Amino acid sequence: MHNKPSLAVELGNLPLANPVLTASGTFGYGLEYADFVDLDSLGGFIVKGTTLEPRQGNPYPRMAETPSGMLNAVGLQNGGVDHFINHIYPRLSNITSEIIVNVSGAAVEDYVEVCRRLQPLDRIRAIEVNISCPNVKQGGMAFGTTPEGAARVTEAVRAAWPGHLMVKLSPNVTSIVDIALAVQDAGADSVSLINTLLGMAIDVERRRPMLSTITGGLSGPAVRPVAVRMVWQVAKALSIPVVGLGGITSGRDALEFIMAGATAVQVGTYNFVDPAATARVVTEIEDYLIRHNISDINELRGII
Amino acid sequence: MKKILDMQVIRISIPAPGYAHIVLAADSPSELPECTPGQFVQVQIPDHDTFLRRPISICDVDPQEGTLTLLVRDAGRGTRNLCHLSAGQTLNLVLPLGHGFSVPENPDSSYHPLLVGGGVGVAPLLYLARAINARGVRPDVILGARSAADVLLKEEFERVAHVFITTNDGSEGVHGLVTDHPAFKEEHSVIYCCGPTPMMKAVAAYARAHAVPCFVSLENMMACGLGACLCCVEKTVDGHLCVCTHGPVFDINALTWSDHA
Repeated sequence: MHNKPSLAVELGNLPLANPVLTASGTFGYGLEYADFVDLDSLGGFIVKGTTLEPRQGNPYPRMAETPSGMLNAVGLQNGGVDHFINHIYPRLSNITSEIIVNVSGAAVEDYVEVCRRLQPLDRIRAIEVNISCPNVKQGGMAFGTTPEGAARVTEAVRAAWPGHLMVKLSPNVTSIVDIALAVQDAGADSVSLINTLLGMAIDVERRRPMLSTITGGLSGPAVRPVAVRMVWQVAKALSIPVVGLGGITSGRDALEFIMAGATAVQVGTYNFVDPAATARVVTEIEDYLIRHNISDINELRGII
Repeated sequence: MKKILDMQVIRISIPAPGYAHIVLAADSPSELPECTPGQFVQVQIPDHDTFLRRPISICDVDPQEGTLTLLVRDAGRGTRNLCHLSAGQTLNLVLPLGHGFSVPENPDSSYHPLLVGGGVGVAPLLYLARAINARGVRPDVILGARSAADVLLKEEFERVAHVFITTNDGSEGVHGLVTDHPAFKEEHSVIYCCGPTPMMKAVAAYARAHAVPCFVSLENMMACGLGACLCCVEKTVDGHLCVCTHGPVFDINALTWSDHA
């Protein structure tokens, strides 16, 4: 007979029932997955990237399947922050797990204004600031590729957002540790990594790029070793918590990130393959802890 | 309600070279959720290699038997694997997905539908033809194919519909495209269409010119099938909409297709 192990983690000032979150852009607003997953069984979920104004995103085709993954070039299609507040947020009122809004913008003022409008929403205690979208010209990656740019957005949002502030980092940089340190110094409560890796695929029969934008973001199990390595490096260097993501499909994959130093994880692209993946990852982490007679998930964090 | 369901292949046949007709059974009929004509399933390719699921139209459903039929064209690695399944294998599906064709609950005498299918696009029209027939109307169906050998599901359609054939090479039925068949120009109250995009655009252009309501089923590339990834969008009069959740069936008036094919 085993006691149920504890899966609860603290992301700085944000307690989570378990370390499993969903990656922005892969889980809609949660409601799309309600037939497959008890949303309250997750640590929380991060909703689709939200911008100040509605965005139509990039032209079709926006997706290409690649070995163990996919490229996307959605380009932050979303209804804008007011649409979220007026039409989505009220439908999330019965959910007890943490709802985290991913915030994107083309200018620092946009990020700040989105945060200002989200502030009155009681259930939104955390935001994830996207400074790493590779698919729009000023979609944040411009900020996320230099320590100065990353710090500038983080500082401005910090002044406008009293709740938990997570900053999502781009892997398309020379030193992700330098960016992470800059974001930490600018007042972030946590960092999440990695966003997609910039990639490209060509249809040789048609002699054309697979994506309308030519390049796009690579995600899925193909990127996982890169993500685990970056999480390990960043977790060693930072004092704030790290949230790991990149190709998680199972509890074992999630535990790689946790052992590399992540306090929480996000399940992303695999939601497209297995719509019940998130809840299964929670169960598989728990099974692992029972099997190895570990009473608390926190014992495994950063053991590598 | 959508669900993830393991189904067993109970029959697989090759109706024409490059196509497979796959009959799947649920463990018990009650496990198979209600599916409407024009909806689709997301099939996991059982090769441990193909990463994403493949969206496949529901070709037929037998709720009493708990069976679901798919008609698959070998169009690449994923669908090729499906064409080489054997009876007894298990497939994992997410279903039912999307919004299908609407058929009036109690059609009156003015309801005179035409179904137009090209190639593997005939798949969702069989379940639709059966549904229309079950409501007391025998629809007209035009099946377009490259040649006589590629005409799919003809006998199945003949049980529930008036069937007309066109082939590109004239080896069966009318020589030419679906729009060349005399039956195409007869008066119909609504057109339901699924096939290659140029064919659907030609049918839509005719329907628009003659003010006939017309619904087409799109098959944009998709990842999730649930409206989350936003990859399968179609440009519509209301902006980019997901084919997987707003469609796959669209009223042509919602699309931004030009009047010329």
